[in-house]
Amino acid sequence: MTMKQFFAFVRKEFRHVLRDKRTMLILLGMPVAQIILFGFAISTEIRNIDTALLVPDMGENVRKLSEKFDASDYFSIVTVISDEADIDGLFQRGDADLVIAFSPDFDENMYTSEGSSIRLIADATNTNAASAMTMYASNIIGDYVSGIAASSGMYGVSGVQPNIRMLYNPQMRSAYTFVPGVMGLIIILICAMMTSVSIVREKETGTMELLLVSPTKPIVVIMAKMVPYFVVSMVNYLTILALSVWLLHIPISGSFWALTLLSVIYIVLSLALGQLISTIAKTQVSAMLMSGFMLLVPVLFFSELLFPVDSMPLVFRWFSDLIPARWYVIGVKKIMIEGLPMFYAAREFIILSVMAAVILGVSLMRYKNRM
Amino acid sequence: MGGNVIEVEGLTKVFGDFTAVDHISFSVAKGEIFGFLGANGAGKTTAMKMLCGLSRPTSGHATVAGYDINTEAEEVKRNIGYMSQKFSLYEDLTVYENIELFAGIYGMKRKDISRKAVTILKKLGFYSERKTLVKSLPLGWKQKLAFSVAIFHGPKVVFLDEPTGGVDPVARRQFWFMIYEAAERGITVFVTTHYMDEAEYCNRISIMVDGRIEALDTPAALKRKFGTDSMDSVFYQLARGAKRSE
Amino acid sequence: MALGFLLAKEFKQFIRTPIFIGLTLVFPAAIMLVIPWIVSMDIKNISVMVVDNDRSGASADFIGAIGASGYFIMEGLAADYDEALQHVELSETDAVIVIPDGFERDLLFEGGAPVQVSINAVNETRGTLGASYLGAVCAGFSADFFASHAFVAGNPSMQAAGPVPNIEVSVQNRYNPMMDYKWFMIPGLFVIILVMLCGFLPALNIVGEKEKGTIEQINITPVTKPVFILSKMIPYWIMGVGVLSVAMVLAYVIYGLAPQGSIWVIAAFSVIFVFSVSSFGLVVSNYSNTTQQAMFVMFFFILVFLLMSGLLTPIESMPEWTQVITYVNPLRYYIEMMRGVYLKGAAFGDLLPQFWALLAFAAALGAWAVASYKKQS
Repeated sequence: MTMKQFFAFVRKEFRHVLRDKRTMLILLGMPVAQIILFGFAISTEIRNIDTALLVPDMGENVRKLSEKFDASDYFSIVTVISDEADIDGLFQRGDADLVIAFSPDFDENMYTSEGSSIRLIADATNTNAASAMTMYASNIIGDYVSGIAASSGMYGVSGVQPNIRMLYNPQMRSAYTFVPGVMGLIIILICAMMTSVSIVREKETGTMELLLVSPTKPIVVIMAKMVPYFVVSMVNYLTILALSVWLLHIPISGSFWALTLLSVIYIVLSLALGQLISTIAKTQVSAMLMSGFMLLVPVLFFSELLFPVDSMPLVFRWFSDLIPARWYVIGVKKIMIEGLPMFYAAREFIILSVMAAVILGVSLMRYKNRM
Repeated sequence: MGGNVIEVEGLTKVFGDFTAVDHISFSVAKGEIFGFLGANGAGKTTAMKMLCGLSRPTSGHATVAGYDINTEAEEVKRNIGYMSQKFSLYEDLTVYENIELFAGIYGMKRKDISRKAVTILKKLGFYSERKTLVKSLPLGWKQKLAFSVAIFHGPKVVFLDEPTGGVDPVARRQFWFMIYEAAERGITVFVTTHYMDEAEYCNRISIMVDGRIEALDTPAALKRKFGTDSMDSVFYQLARGAKRSE
Repeated sequence: MALGFLLAKEFKQFIRTPIFIGLTLVFPAAIMLVIPWIVSMDIKNISVMVVDNDRSGASADFIGAIGASGYFIMEGLAADYDEALQHVELSETDAVIVIPDGFERDLLFEGGAPVQVSINAVNETRGTLGASYLGAVCAGFSADFFASHAFVAGNPSMQAAGPVPNIEVSVQNRYNPMMDYKWFMIPGLFVIILVMLCGFLPALNIVGEKEKGTIEQINITPVTKPVFILSKMIPYWIMGVGVLSVAMVLAYVIYGLAPQGSIWVIAAFSVIFVFSVSSFGLVVSNYSNTTQQAMFVMFFFILVFLLMSGLLTPIESMPEWTQVITYVNPLRYYIEMMRGVYLKGAAFGDLLPQFWALLAFAAALGAWAVASYKKQS
C-alpha cells in the first residue's frame, strides 16, 4: 500500500463530493445561515411583550405608568381595553401576552388606606416568559412608586442594592452561548451524516464491492472517504470562527491552537461515528435516519444550544454526559469565550480523546468482521 | 395513418452543445418488429425516450399510435408499453402486485386484471411465484415479468430498451418467443439491442451512428447492400466511422 | 381508479420497510417521553458562592434569604473574591456575591447597602434571569429587614412621614395553573414530530424512486400528475393523523394535558398542515437527484423553519425584519393554533387568520408539488 494509491482514492472522493453542487452549497451555507439565525434572528430573551392595558378610568398616574411601560424594552402597549371580559379573547387570538389591569379610581385611591391595585394578568402558557414579564412589570411599578416617594423627599430607604457584573459576557449577548453549540452541531452533522450516507450509498449501488476487490486494503478505502469530509468540516470550523470574530465580534479569548486541537479531536470522533453507523445501516435512508435521530436530535437538545443541561432532571444530566458534543461545547466555551488556559479544559480533552479512540476502535473492529 | 404506427420526421434532441439525436426520420408499420441498433452512446435510448413521451424533443415531429408526441404525450402513453434497460418494476412488491399496479394505472378493472394475470402467469410458469417479492427473482424471470407487464394492458406499440441484457442464450431465445407472440397479436414491437443475432429476428432494422440513422432495411437487404453474410460485419462497417463511443 | 392502485402500492411498500414502522412508533414516543423534561428552560438552579466581609446578623440573614429563595443553590462561603472566582472558572459555581464590610450598619443607618454580584454570563439567559431573581430576593429581604427593624431608635431614615403611594401589585397567571413549562412545550413537540415524519419521509420518497429507476415505469404510463402526487401524499396524511393521535394520548396519560379547545379544530388544522409539509417534502424530492441531496436540503429548511417558528424562542423578541420572515413559515401558524387550542381553549373563530394562512400555504405548496413533478424531461 503506497501513499500514491491513497491519494488516488482521496482525489476520487473529492470529485464525488464536489460534483454535487447543491449538497456542497448546503454544506458550506449551513453554518453561515445558522450563525445569522442565532446571531441576529432568534433570542431566548423576552422582549417587546405585547401588552394590553385594562383601564376603567384614565388618570395622571395611569398615564405615567403606561408611558413607563411602553418606554421600556420589555413591553410594547398594543391596545387599551375597558372590559375585563375581553381579556380571554386577547390571549386566545394571541393579540396580547400580558394585561395590566388597573383598579377603578386608581388615582383617587392611591393614597388612601385601602389603596389602589394593579393586577398583572399573564398568558402563562409559556411559564418562563410569564415569570419574566411579571417580574419585569413589578420592577417597573416598584421603580415608579419609589420615584414618587423619592421626589417627595419623604422616603429615603433603598434597601439592599445589588451591583451586578456580568462575567465573560459583559454585553449579555446570546452569541456567547450558541457559537460553541452551532460548532458542535454542524461538525457532527457533516461528518457523521455525510460519511455514513456516502459509504452506504456505495454499498447500495455496488461500487463498494468494486473498490474492495481492488488490491487496496479496505481501511484505505474508508480513510480516503473521510478525508473530504474532514476538509469540509475544517472549512466550516474556520468559517464559524471567522463569522463569530468579524460578524458577531466575539474574540477568541484563549489559544487558537488549543481550540483547533480540540476541534480536530471532535471531528475525528464524528467521522468515526459516521463510519460506525455505516457498518450498521443497510440503506441510505436508514443511515440518514439513524444519524439524524440518534445523533442530531440529542446534539440539538443536549449541547446547551438552547437548553441549559443544568436544569434538566438528573437522569438526563447523566445521559448528556455520554454525548460527545456536550464535552466539545463545554471545552469550546472554556477556551474560546472564557479564555481559560488549556489546563482548565483538560477534562474535556481527555474525555473526547477517549471517546474518539473507543468509537474508532469499535467501528474498525466491526468493519473487519464484516469483510 | 396509412398502416404506420410510428412516423418520425426530423426528430432531434440536443443537450447543451451535444446533439444526442440528429434529425432522424423513419416509420414503423403495424405489427412489425423494428430493431433499433447502434453502439453505446449512439442515441438509441434518447430517441426511444422521446417516442415514449419521457423526453421532450428539441425539434422535429413524430406520431406514435396516431398521436403527436409533442402535443399529445399523455395520449401516446395510453397506447404504448415500455420496458427500460434497467429493471424498473418495484422490487419490494410481489409479482402479482406489480402486474395489478400497472394494469390498474391503465384503468383495467380488478376482476379483469385477476383473470388475465392468472392466464399469463400460468403460461409463463410463474403462477406459484405470484406471491414472491420481485427482488428475489433471477434476472431472466424479472425480464420476462417486465415484458409481460409492458404488454399486459394491450398497447398498440411496445418499446423495449435492450430487454435481454445480461441473461443466458436460452433465456434470450425464450424472450424472443414472447416478442413474436406479441407481434402476432398485432402489437408493434420497437426494440433496441446489442446482439446481432437478435437483429436477425427483426423484420426491419435501423442502425444509428453518432445520432443519425445510417442504414434502414430488412436484415437480408442490408447484408446484400454491404456485400456480406453477417449482420456483425454490416454493423462493424457502419459503426467504425463513429466519433463517439463510451 | 388508478389512485386506488397507487395507494395500495404505497402502503405495501411502507409496511415492508421496517425502519419506517419503527420510526412511526418509536419516534413520537421518545420525543414525548424525553424532550419535555429537557427543554424546561426554568433556570432555577443557579449556584452561588458568598464572600461575607461583614459577618453580622444582617449578612447571615441575607445569605439565608438567598438560600431559601428557591432560585439559588448555596455552594458555600469563600474567603475572598479571587478564591470564589476560581470556582467560577472551574464551572463549580455560577455566581459570586460579595457582602461588603459594614453591610448591617449601612442598612440600619443609611437605609441602603450595596452588594457586589458577579455572574457567569456566558449563557446570557442564565445571566439575565439570575440578575432578576437576585433583584427580587434583595427587594424581599429589604422589606422584611425594615419591617423587623423599624423600631430601631435613632434611625432617621425610618421615620417615614406624609402620604406614601399605596399600590398593591398582584400576579395572575392564566392557562397554565401548575406553571408547568412542559405544558408549553408539548403542543410544540407535536409540531416537531409531524414535521420530521411527514416532511422528511416524503422528501426521500420520489427521489428514492428516481435512484432505483422505478419512476420511469410510472412516467411511461398515462397516470396524471395530481393523482401520482396524491398517492404519495395520502399515506403521510394518515400517518400524520395517526402519529398525532398517539402523541396526544401520550400527552394526556403522562402529563395530564388535554386540549382545552375543540379536537376538531386541531384535526382540521392538522390535515391542512400535514398536507403542506408533505407537499414541501415532495417538492424537495422532485428537485433532488440523490437521496443525500434531498436529505440535506430538507434538513436545512426544517432547521430554519423550526428556529423561525416561535416554537423554541418567542417571535416578539426577534428584530422586525426577521419577524416579517416568520409570516412565510407555515409552522408559525400551526404552532399558534396548537398552543391556542390546547392551552387557552381558543375557538375556530379566534384562529381565522391562521386558518386562511395555512390554507393558502397548502394550496400553493400542493400546486408546486404537482407542477415540479416532471413526467417528461
